[in-house]
Amino acid sequence: MLTNYLKITLAVMQRRKMFTFITLFGISMTLSILIVLTAFYEHIFSANYPEVNRERCLYATLLEEQNTKEGGMRRGPMSLYYINNYIKTLKTPEKIAYSTVPNTVNIYGNGKKLRLFFKYTDPVFWEITQFEFLEGKPYTQRDIDNNEQVAIINTETRDDYFGKGVPAVGKNMEINGQNLKVTGVVRGCPITRLVVAADVYLPYHLQKKASEEVKEYNGGYTAIVMAKTPADLPKIQQEYAEVVPRIPLLTYGGFKPDRLNAGLSTYFDSIVRDMFFGSGGGSARARFYLFVAIFALLFMSLPAINLVNINISRILERASEIGIRKAFGASAQKLVTQFVIENIILTLFGGLLAILISGAFIWWFNGSHLIPYADLGINWTVVTIALALSLVFGLMSGVYPAWRMSRLPAVEALKG
Amino acid sequence: MIYLSNIEKVYRTETVETLALNNISLSIEKGEFLSIMGPSGCGKSTLLNIMGLLDEPTKGTIKLDAQEINDFSDKKLSRFRNRKIGFIFQSYHLINDLPVLDNVELPLLYRDVSSAERRRLAAAALEKVGLANRMKHYPSQLSGGQKQRVAIARAIVGQPEIILADEPTGNLDSAMGNEIMEILENLNRADHTTIVMVTHDENMARRTHRLVRLFDGSLVSSNTFVN
Repeated sequence: MLTNYLKITLAVMQRRKMFTFITLFGISMTLSILIVLTAFYEHIFSANYPEVNRERCLYATLLEEQNTKEGGMRRGPMSLYYINNYIKTLKTPEKIAYSTVPNTVNIYGNGKKLRLFFKYTDPVFWEITQFEFLEGKPYTQRDIDNNEQVAIINTETRDDYFGKGVPAVGKNMEINGQNLKVTGVVRGCPITRLVVAADVYLPYHLQKKASEEVKEYNGGYTAIVMAKTPADLPKIQQEYAEVVPRIPLLTYGGFKPDRLNAGLSTYFDSIVRDMFFGSGGGSARARFYLFVAIFALLFMSLPAINLVNINISRILERASEIGIRKAFGASAQKLVTQFVIENIILTLFGGLLAILISGAFIWWFNGSHLIPYADLGINWTVVTIALALSLVFGLMSGVYPAWRMSRLPAVEALKG
Repeated sequence: MIYLSNIEKVYRTETVETLALNNISLSIEKGEFLSIMGPSGCGKSTLLNIMGLLDEPTKGTIKLDAQEINDFSDKKLSRFRNRKIGFIFQSYHLINDLPVLDNVELPLLYRDVSSAERRRLAAAALEKVGLANRMKHYPSQLSGGQKQRVAIARAIVGQPEIILADEPTGNLDSAMGNEIMEILENLNRADHTTIVMVTHDENMARRTHRLVRLFDGSLVSSNTFVN
């Protein structure tokens, strides 16, 4: 029986090429976009190289000093002074690292001008992140204490500056007017790893303006706080939440803040809050998911409605076949089953096509260098869910028209 | 075998009521070959469709194989049609998307018959109507006579006790019509299949056991032939 259904499905698909194209296009494009969006989501938010410890990390990326009475706000990353005094002093975390937000610098090497992202970090940065060192090793506290003029670069920078595959450790680079010795080469990571990505990493003591000495709360640094286990994250957040209200407020010229807003967030929360919803309120995650859910629902309902419409007209066209099948013993239930199976077969085709299309896009994107080191992948759980969803759509869109036609008296159906 | 009592069929629209069959009572014995004649629109096909359980009468009782059909559920009706009745239509009603063999095995799809057995029985039915060499063809690749033979193969593949044929030779030339008639006669003679045939052709009707005539939805005469 299934073979017969498969044959008729394939025959109908071939005969009604435009219908087949519209249906497959609708299903496969919807699923492809969903798969690619999920790949981007995972690429941005999941624990990927080199932030493999992201599940047990909290991020301090923003600090607000606010004057609630007169208005006015200073908002941005933190100073080293603030981090050292109010974050590094937390008791619950296992490790705390800090680094500056990336800055750009133009340098000249290998006969060309290179525009590089660089950031200053402390040595713990290399312990929390798990960068793969292809050459050399990370700088240590001793290097900083000895005021070593060192730098760590990624492979792309090495290839651009010294030549492709040419060993770089021990060689010197001129960056920001400083002559630095390369002590390590790491496999780079995409710029979408916002807190850790850079082309060049420098120990923080090389910052010209020793920011440790600047007594301001806002500055150029963010901190990564790593817990022993993910279960410890709420405890760390609680400890910090108790510290913040006790931090004395500073005055900057005429600006007198009366409130300090600061928190430790998971990576997801920090990005969603910073990028989409500002710092206010703690329900950024809920609002983000609501936004995504509404978008996904609207997005997927369009092809579903389209599919229902197409199916109704398609099944109406096959009235004569329904009449024949009824005449020779098909019950209404058997007819509904047949059309539903046909729809499922069609939907599965669409699903397979979507996997191919999204796979090809991801492969192209990873190799395109639009985002260097991009490592997007297909999430098979999402593929499975998306296929299941489209099967539900297939079922929904097939059952109603099939049921309607199956109720038609055989003699009417035979007339076509 | 087929027993119709006081069958009435009325078609209603919002404004018009049309009496298609008026108080028809008819009894057809097992193994009988009956023909129905009458002018166009007199209700021949309607009567055949009611006998075949494809349409419901407005009034009256139908008994097939000693079972009263009127209260059968959709499932039971389908099963009954599948086991007991084979249809042959004037316009063949083959599924153009399926090859000949798949068309013929259609009634067996709705029975518990294995795929291999379905193939075997369908091939045998095609053999019987002389189309064994056309199994893989599609209906669009066949002549009218061949299509009707495929339709006959489909009607007999499940070995039904009753075959209802609605102008089976209506679209064919006389030679081809004669061939089809011979196949039906053989089925009736050899397998004792009860056949009810609607026709416009007096000569074909005279080759059956009995001819009933309809006029304006009423049964007007019945002639028995010695064949």
